[in-house]
Amino acid sequence: MENILDMTIQETRNLLRKREITATELTSMYLDRIQRYDKDILAYLRVTEEDAHKMAHDADMRMERGEDGPLLGIPFGIKDIFCTKGIETTCASQILKGFIPPYDASIIKKLKDENFVHLGRLNMDEFAMGSSTENSSFQITKNPWDLTRIPGGSSGGSAAAVAAGLCAAALGTDTGGSIRQPAGLCGVVGMKPTYGRVSRYGLIAFASSLDQIGPLTRNVTDCAIVMNAISGYDPMDSTSIPQPIPDYTECLGKDIKGLKIGIPKEYFITGMDPDVRKIMEESLSVLEKQGAILIDISLPHTEYAVATYYIICTAEASSNLARYDGVKYGLRTEGKDIIDMYKKTRLKGFGKEVKRRIILGTYVLSSGYYDAYYRKAGKVRTLIRGDFDEAFKRCDILVTPVSPTTAFKVGEKMEDPLTMYLSDIFTIPINLAGLPAMSLPCGFDASGLPVGLQIIGKPLDEALMIQAAFVFESVKNVKKIPDVFRSKSSM
Amino acid sequence: MKITKEVVEYVAHLGRLDLESHEVDLYTEQLDRILQYMDKLNTLDTEGIDPTSHAIPVECMLREDFVKDSFDIEASLRNAPERKGNFFKVPPIIEVEK
Repeated sequence: MENILDMTIQETRNLLRKREITATELTSMYLDRIQRYDKDILAYLRVTEEDAHKMAHDADMRMERGEDGPLLGIPFGIKDIFCTKGIETTCASQILKGFIPPYDASIIKKLKDENFVHLGRLNMDEFAMGSSTENSSFQITKNPWDLTRIPGGSSGGSAAAVAAGLCAAALGTDTGGSIRQPAGLCGVVGMKPTYGRVSRYGLIAFASSLDQIGPLTRNVTDCAIVMNAISGYDPMDSTSIPQPIPDYTECLGKDIKGLKIGIPKEYFITGMDPDVRKIMEESLSVLEKQGAILIDISLPHTEYAVATYYIICTAEASSNLARYDGVKYGLRTEGKDIIDMYKKTRLKGFGKEVKRRIILGTYVLSSGYYDAYYRKAGKVRTLIRGDFDEAFKRCDILVTPVSPTTAFKVGEKMEDPLTMYLSDIFTIPINLAGLPAMSLPCGFDASGLPVGLQIIGKPLDEALMIQAAFVFESVKNVKKIPDVFRSKSSM
Repeated sequence: MKITKEVVEYVAHLGRLDLESHEVDLYTEQLDRILQYMDKLNTLDTEGIDPTSHAIPVECMLREDFVKDSFDIEASLRNAPERKGNFFKVPPIIEVEK
């Protein structure tokens, strides 16, 4: 049955449709795999076995009745950041330990309407703050390609689970690269849609002008299928864009002859690993051979993006996280009065990185520093957006590496927050500009670690990115699941 | 040094965070380095440029104002650290003279 790991969701759906397998069998296969392999990877915070069986059974009953749908009976892993009715949702933080949301996030509701199967909750950096998933207050997830290395973050659990075949697909969130960077480091496909494309109602907020939800999948076809299911206007999210959604699967298989691809020179200089550079150059020539036209461009404000980002995201985080006060939900630590109760609760409930960001964010918003930092960062953000506007006058999409290096060792960057922040240098500018971007596997370095290629698109033009990604994937055909996570006995 | 321990303690108070003393030392040193890095933004001339607050402009959407059901009280109070009847219970906010 493990040959399903090499299939797209569409092909798996065909097996289900023909009743060659049942959703219950499919779910059991993934639950067995989680039991066998996740003790080494630690991608899942909690496996919701009972719900998974129930949802799989329900999907089977529906298929018996002749119902159909692109995600009917397909098992997902869910980043532990989406409020899900009746299922503990922690954001990998002690302050939300035991929190049972009374409602479903819009994205969960959409997947439930498709009758997906909920396998469990995936690990992440606490409140999505981090680039390695080491900031989880519960456990450290390992990279399936090398268990001594990090899977990236913050959606590290999602990327690791997809890479090791512990779910058919996963949901993640991306504020500064939190879908694309782990997808790149784990060798899977990750999509950050245009800001406003996917409703964030019920997503636990980190930095509201940057956060966006997207899929992590084993291939581009699955990315298109999940994007079809989760995109679209939602009146419950005031930043949701009221625009129609194309069928993203329709662009699979279209060629890229004459497609103008911009190559920003600023993404090929600072501190790039020579292997990453070599694989990127090979990848660009693959695209060129398929008929794309490569154009050298410049995004001159790239070097200011990390500083701009960490001012804006910490400012927004310090405000968003004010709600964790020990009153309505989550942890409470007693104090001598209410202020003392707040302070002690937050001391105990938040981890190191979250506190660091609250302090930094409060500082840049505080009286006397607001103009120098927060307002200044907003202005530089305008310049960064302007760079992309200029580039897209001449190009249809842009192609860059996802990260300057492959996955680093567990613990390697934990003592130095600034070095950790700089590992997101190629993904951060895209969030500042609100653009869609995706990460797809394009090869391996000398140690066998995956390298990710980033495609950046114009606002709301996810379809063209998927089209180019599919062409690239079909030609390059990068291996998806490490051999150690395939059982030899299976068919 | 831009950042002193006193600044970190003051900002932590504004953010309603108690910090252990070793955390104050650590954050003082780290925030100083991070803010020095951020100073590179000051090398850019941004005179006359409007700040971006949201990258993709969306018009404010209006809708009909109508009455909908809200969460039921038990569901809303289920996660409360402490409750009294149908209310969230908190420590005293206003001191009462005895």
